[in-house]
Amino acid sequence: MIEVKHIIKQYPEKRALDDVSATFNAHETTVILGPSGSGKSTLLRTLNLLERPTSGTLALNDLTINFEAPIAKKEIFNVRQTFGMVFQEKALFAHLTVLKNIIEGPVQVKKESVAVATKKAEALLERFGMTELAARYPSELSGGQQQRVAIMRALAMQPEYLLLDEPTSALDPELEAQVLHVLKELATQRTSMIVVTHNLGFARQVADHIIFIENGQIGYDGSAEGFFSATDNRIQQFLNAMSF
Amino acid sequence: MTQFIQLAIQYLPSLLMTAITYTLPLTAISFILGLIFAILTALIRIAKLPSETVAKLIMSVLKTLAAFYVWLFRSTPMIVQLFIVFYGLPNAHINFFANAWVSAITVFSLNTGAYASESVRAAILSVPKVQKEAAESLGMTNRQVYWRVVLPQAARISIPPLSNSLISLLKDTSLASVITIVEMFYLSQQIAAENYKILSMYVLVAMVYALLTTILTVGQHYLERYTSRFTI
Repeated sequence: MIEVKHIIKQYPEKRALDDVSATFNAHETTVILGPSGSGKSTLLRTLNLLERPTSGTLALNDLTINFEAPIAKKEIFNVRQTFGMVFQEKALFAHLTVLKNIIEGPVQVKKESVAVATKKAEALLERFGMTELAARYPSELSGGQQQRVAIMRALAMQPEYLLLDEPTSALDPELEAQVLHVLKELATQRTSMIVVTHNLGFARQVADHIIFIENGQIGYDGSAEGFFSATDNRIQQFLNAMSF
Repeated sequence: MTQFIQLAIQYLPSLLMTAITYTLPLTAISFILGLIFAILTALIRIAKLPSETVAKLIMSVLKTLAAFYVWLFRSTPMIVQLFIVFYGLPNAHINFFANAWVSAITVFSLNTGAYASESVRAAILSVPKVQKEAAESLGMTNRQVYWRVVLPQAARISIPPLSNSLISLLKDTSLASVITIVEMFYLSQQIAAENYKILSMYVLVAMVYALLTTILTVGQHYLERYTSRFTI
């Protein structure tokens, strides 16, 4: 389980997160929803320390990080090993082939041998039906294929949690469906996922837990069923707006 | 025209031999060293100041020195730099620079490094931020992020401006003639002084420079085409 408490992220002109506390359970799919600019991505990026909040704490496994104190490099490394991250777009290493993108982390960070990492990467490519694309460069792939490779790259590090920051928002509907299919499969296998998305249909299908953020504050934190049947005025407005 | 062709047949082999033994090595050595200076300078200039006091002080000094170096070499003519290093420094008993090759390579590489550092800096800054974040999210160290992800992509982006620097350097090596290096232009001057075919000799040497720079331009084209798939 991962827990964030009293997270505040203050920019000079805006407070992106305002006293946010939440827990993320393992083997669940947590979907973070909210209007644009509400702080969803900031919260997600706080978990693997790509964002450094102004204050608050992050607790995972035996580690607790207080954001008001300096964070040791070893702690940053340990936190990042807990998570695999998939970005919105253009995050595959452009100068490396698909296979090399997947083995880069295991070889360079986990110090696996190239042979072992390649074997694991080939198994992932086979599982995702992309074996024939191993030697291609990211520029030679469709947006959907790129995102599936990004998911494989994250999984190759064998993280405890997969973080996905609007993984389909840059894709057209057909390509989006390819990626969502993979994510649904991962959800079915009880992969621990935390997903920021605008896709309500996807959230409805895979979310066990939903966090709704608005203006940097949590407006809902609970079950997916509870969220979609909520009578709260603001949630209703959001659901109606996103349905168009 | 016939006379020019005869002159070319007579002197082209020695001009090309001088290009191979002087101009091209001078260019290659100076460019490689210049590239090292450029990368180091660019990395220092874009580095964030550390929070620790001593490290912050050291980095501030390095940043100031890097900025001064770029300013100094971009704001003075290369021929003046050559005169200062080759004639001036030995006069001040710094005899290391009394060797013309040492002086030429020092000035050419530092000059190239100053200009190219701006190209490298711009290229590093133009690598999408998400590439760096993706590397960080895998747990890479800062050094790995730069050497494994940012610099390889910056290298592709900087091919056009660095090719420009290389072509300029190749032509600028003709300035080595003023510090007694008998490179291609110096040789053409010597020949013209003997046979008085001044226009023809200088046109001939210009054609050899044009040939060499054209080869580099074609190389640049193929390198750009090869690396075009390393974009995203």
